[in-house]
Amino acid sequence: MSADMGDLGDLYQEVILEHSKAPRNFRKPASANHHAEGFNPLCGDRCSVYLDLENGAIKDIGFQGSGCAISRASASMMTQMLKGKSTEEAAKLFEEFHNLVTGDPETMKHAEELGKLAAFGGVSKFPARVKCATLAWHTLQSALEDKSETVSTE
Amino acid sequence: MTAVAQAIPLDQSAGLDLALDVAKIRADFPILAERINGKPLVYLDNAATSQKPRAVLDAIVNYYSHMNANIHRGVHTLSMRATEAHDAARQTVKRFINAADTREIIFVRGATEAINLVAQTYGRVHVSAGDEILITAMEHHSNIVPWQILCEEKGAHLKVAPIDDRGELLLDEFEKLIGPRTKIVAVTHVSNALGTVNPLRTMIEMAHRRGVPVLVDGAQAVPHFAVDVQALDADFYAFSGHKVYGPTGIGVLYGKRALLEAMPPYQGGGDMIASVTFEKTTYNVLPFKFEAGTPDIAGAIALGAALDYITALGMEKIAAHEHDLLAYATEKVGAIPGVQLIGTAADRAGALSFVLEGVHPHDLGTILDRQGIAIRTGHHCAQPVMERFQIPATARASFAVYNTKEEVDALVAGIRAAREVFA
Repeated sequence: MSADMGDLGDLYQEVILEHSKAPRNFRKPASANHHAEGFNPLCGDRCSVYLDLENGAIKDIGFQGSGCAISRASASMMTQMLKGKSTEEAAKLFEEFHNLVTGDPETMKHAEELGKLAAFGGVSKFPARVKCATLAWHTLQSALEDKSETVSTE
Repeated sequence: MTAVAQAIPLDQSAGLDLALDVAKIRADFPILAERINGKPLVYLDNAATSQKPRAVLDAIVNYYSHMNANIHRGVHTLSMRATEAHDAARQTVKRFINAADTREIIFVRGATEAINLVAQTYGRVHVSAGDEILITAMEHHSNIVPWQILCEEKGAHLKVAPIDDRGELLLDEFEKLIGPRTKIVAVTHVSNALGTVNPLRTMIEMAHRRGVPVLVDGAQAVPHFAVDVQALDADFYAFSGHKVYGPTGIGVLYGKRALLEAMPPYQGGGDMIASVTFEKTTYNVLPFKFEAGTPDIAGAIALGAALDYITALGMEKIAAHEHDLLAYATEKVGAIPGVQLIGTAADRAGALSFVLEGVHPHDLGTILDRQGIAIRTGHHCAQPVMERFQIPATARASFAVYNTKEEVDALVAGIRAAREVFA
């Protein structure tokens, strides 16, 4: 990335670029028993999240869809992060992730829990891209609640 | 570059007599001096909204400083000044699109309201169950949804004339779709997502041969070339002020007088009535019948100032300059490895849509913004067009009279930089 690109490097961190090019868990697990569709009408991005839930725990998770680098990387890293977590932990992580990308200083208290999701901290400087980063998480929430209608970022 | 990207040849006619002093024009637009992220603003999102010349800003300040009063009511001096200036703006619009009569010029909020007005008045009277409304596959949502609402209400059917891979209307298919049940044809003059200029004169002739009136969405046409509603024989012509250098919140519906006279009012209220009793209300004459409530007086006056400004520059010169610019951009952007142009019609105006392999339009938009370059990324309120080309979104650069080849060069450099980020 050329030096005069300003804070673009904060947004497109290496780990984000890498996940956007080779997303993890980009699949529909055969055992999936929960599912939701997400849509960002602003840019046309779509995201499907599939969950295999057992006794309040995420046994397996996958996603599919089309979107920008931020939304793909966010979905990919979300699935990595959540596998094996309880639904309560997932909900708490979403809250902290949301605080991170919207630039809420409250989240700094829990930054260590976000792990490598902290790479999305640069999104807070790009308000137009917050919805890209949170689309997969909103869809996850909907899948956990088993809502049938497509979740929209608008 | 693909062969289709050369569809518009570099315009050799943009010679001496058609040359504009673009540096001087740029100085008329205060916002063009803005710096974005430390870089000079390169504004290439004109199809979304154009910037405003000082003449328009001054017209707004002057109105509120020296004329502000309600129109058509007061006998006091300010009210008369405001009424006169508002009337003069209507005259300017009439001249600008060469309408036959100022009574045919209805001030509305924008092209969207203009289309809704026709759908909810003319449409409600003339469309019944089983009837058809014909649009094209390249319409903006604003020329789709008002007709869907009407069709749903009436049990009528929306027919869609297809386009080809270049983004050109299939004229034969269009003609075949005008049937005995077709009650209105609603088509765009210029596609906002593809830049396609439709063969409007021919299309209107086809509809008129079958006795069907035509509404034209001219939002993307009037900023770019001279429009003559009488030469086109358009029945209704809609456009927004803010895309043609005027303020937001003001737009125009042109309608043939006989059609407007026969239509019921759109909204009820003050100014649109001749007399009101609880038993019976008599509606006002045209154009006031369709202008209920206190209108955007300053907006109409400022729109008049915008149209005066570009008329003084010369619509032929503006068309030649932008044609030259679009041809240059088509060539330069089309030559970038990985770029696929979306919309390569032979006749285009205003906009260049494209996708870049390996870079989502949204990411491209962010990267360009950091270099001060404003483009639109997304579906451009034309989701059926995106579906037709099987893409979720495009990047769109769109041009105005103040844009330069240097700005196209900056865009090209920015796209190349984006490719590097995602290499």
